[in-house]
Amino acid sequence: MNFLTLVLVNLGRNKRRTVLTLLSVTVALFLFCSLRGVLDTLAASIRVGSETRLVTRNRISLIFPLPKAYVERIRAVQGVGRVTWGNWFGGTDPVDPGNFYARFAVDAETYMPMYASDVEIIEQDTPQGTGAVPAGVDPKLAAFMEERTACIVGQSLFKRMGWKVGQTVGATGTIFPGDWTWTIRAVYHAKDPAFGEEAILFHWEYLNERGMGGQGPVGWYTLELSQPERAGEITRRVDELFENSSAQTRTETERAFQAGFVSMYGNVPFLIGVIGLAVVFAILLVAANTMMMASRERTAEFAVMKTLGFEDAALFRLVLAEAAVITLSGGIAGAILAKFTLEKTGFNAGGLLPPMTVSWATVAIGVGIAVLMGLTSGFVPAWQASRLRIVDALRRLN
Amino acid sequence: MAIPFAYNFRNVLRRPTSTIATAIGIGLVVAILIGAFALAAGFQAALVESGSPQNVIVMRTGADSEISSGISLEGAGIVRALPAIAAAPDGRPLVSSELLVLTNLDRLGQAGSSNVPIRGIQVDGMPLRDRLQIVEGRTFTPGSDEVIVGERISKRFKNCKIGDHIRFGQRAFSVVGLFRCGGSSFESEIWGDQAVLGPALGRQGFQSVTFRMRDTSQFRAIKSELEGDPRLGVQVRTERAFYSSQSQLLANVIRVAGVFITLIMAIGAIFGAVNTMYAAVGTRTREIAVLLTLGFSPFAVLTSFMTESVILALIGGVLGCILALPINGIVTSTTNWASFSEVAFAFRVTPLAMVFGLVFAAAMGTVGGFLPALKAARQSLARSLREM
Repeated sequence: MNFLTLVLVNLGRNKRRTVLTLLSVTVALFLFCSLRGVLDTLAASIRVGSETRLVTRNRISLIFPLPKAYVERIRAVQGVGRVTWGNWFGGTDPVDPGNFYARFAVDAETYMPMYASDVEIIEQDTPQGTGAVPAGVDPKLAAFMEERTACIVGQSLFKRMGWKVGQTVGATGTIFPGDWTWTIRAVYHAKDPAFGEEAILFHWEYLNERGMGGQGPVGWYTLELSQPERAGEITRRVDELFENSSAQTRTETERAFQAGFVSMYGNVPFLIGVIGLAVVFAILLVAANTMMMASRERTAEFAVMKTLGFEDAALFRLVLAEAAVITLSGGIAGAILAKFTLEKTGFNAGGLLPPMTVSWATVAIGVGIAVLMGLTSGFVPAWQASRLRIVDALRRLN
Repeated sequence: MAIPFAYNFRNVLRRPTSTIATAIGIGLVVAILIGAFALAAGFQAALVESGSPQNVIVMRTGADSEISSGISLEGAGIVRALPAIAAAPDGRPLVSSELLVLTNLDRLGQAGSSNVPIRGIQVDGMPLRDRLQIVEGRTFTPGSDEVIVGERISKRFKNCKIGDHIRFGQRAFSVVGLFRCGGSSFESEIWGDQAVLGPALGRQGFQSVTFRMRDTSQFRAIKSELEGDPRLGVQVRTERAFYSSQSQLLANVIRVAGVFITLIMAIGAIFGAVNTMYAAVGTRTREIAVLLTLGFSPFAVLTSFMTESVILALIGGVLGCILALPINGIVTSTTNWASFSEVAFAFRVTPLAMVFGLVFAAAMGTVGGFLPALKAARQSLARSLREM
């Protein structure tokens, strides 16, 4: 009978207790990994931003627009390649105002080529016209490109709402008043999940004509750099350009821009961390309690084993191993469960988060915590077992 | 006949280590639950208290927050002329046409930035915020480049202390005072004179018009008059109703998330309680046999063990309440997605949340104690006594 068999036999002695403890560790690690997954997801949403793209917006705040005329001046800056622009539309669902998803007005002709590697068109309408598209735009978008009031929709939003290609969707304007409708001409899949699929993208031209009386303000410009190594210098150059105009700008890398949104969660990430620790600690107590109960019941048995010649250290290892096996298997089950259920179901907390990702690092941390939990909870009983004096234990039996 | 309550109580205390371990496990679950409720309650209170039931706020139809609203100079003039507006002692109407814009400020002490609302108010409208209190420095001088900053954000953002300068567009505004406003979300804003801020920020018109009603019972009439005016295109709400609607979404999200997390956590803690209770039943086989021999019914044994489990859980519940109490009053912040700006607020542990926590603990005890208690009640008398 080798060491591992002995451990397993001992665990099988009170199956109910072993299973319950294992399940509570599973639940705890599932919760821990899910919570850390939220942090992973937030961190991943920063990564959509590229270090080689810059975002220029109004220095006061994103809410303030920039003149359309800036585009030519920005393009003229040395080291800047393609430039595109867009605007946050806001708006609410006319049927259910609580149903939140994003609506962006983008200059499709320049926006689509820039983000071509991030999105993939998975469903599209047949174009009425020639089907010709501007250079760099996916030909699948022909129907979208030829119609001013068309839009494209993220896959997850499209499925959630049960929409069909070719139907119209509406919104009640908040920043741009009135009732708005768009016709769905294509559905996109975000190859990088952090790009987000809970959104409607439509033509900036349409917004410009209808919503802003042709004045043409822009929410932000995205700049692709032809010389990414000069990003810092270009950032300064662009902001200097508009230093003395009425709308001053703030330029930063797209990643820093996205990080700004994550930082708006304020103390929420910290609170999530606290909750995660509380969960782990609560279950550590459950596990420790179980281990102590289990070893208390076996005092006599330990004495017999010692009589048979088991050394103190062997007993110590045995009890510790029992604890570790329970928490390790529970931990692996919980962490893996969190990774696969959350990622496969595309859980997004009702649209509050991008689809969840649970990184392998989180899984590893979860399993590490489970092992630590096992060692901590098993330590006291293991120490007691190794220190047990045969005479005392056998005397207590009677 | 029921088994005396004292029997259970003493039994719980007889095994202190496992009682404490189980109770703390349950206590942590309860503490997280109360914490989530305190977060939601604090957030909601900060926003609800921003609004007074006597004040009316006028915004553009369809705007779900002040940021996305807009009222023209002409529209504001029409609202100002309403006879239903209360007057200050000096006879001037209590009305303020306000500008609200978001500015992006860098955080103090940590990386990143967040949106902070700047409110341009009309000096006549100052008495509308009757809880306004300058805690440091002085208020801004009308017509000057001066602003006052909510006390809660002055500690969270750069350049927000007295003597500092904040740049909006081409002009730098100096901070001359810190204010408090009854713990409301106004304390997360920067206030200045609308007549100066408007041109500096390049804004014509306003985001909202707020006024005090002469007679609150007239609200419906005022509402239908303004909303029916084709020149305006506005929606009219009491200030309180507006701010509560602003807090609803996020407060509900926090509550739902809190309950969801605690329910999952509770499963783990209940398993712990089940283990403890099975052990309790296991070590007391003889005692139970004696109780049954004495004539106590199996049902009495069942309720007795259930009671014991509930006592154990309630000790945990009380521990949880004690653990959660110190967070009361701690100031934290998050972005209110309804207005896209940062709101600082204090956790608020309400008695109701604590009662709810205790009820939740008792429920955990009941669920966890049922199977072990059933085992105790169904014990075969003959076999238990033979084992003796």
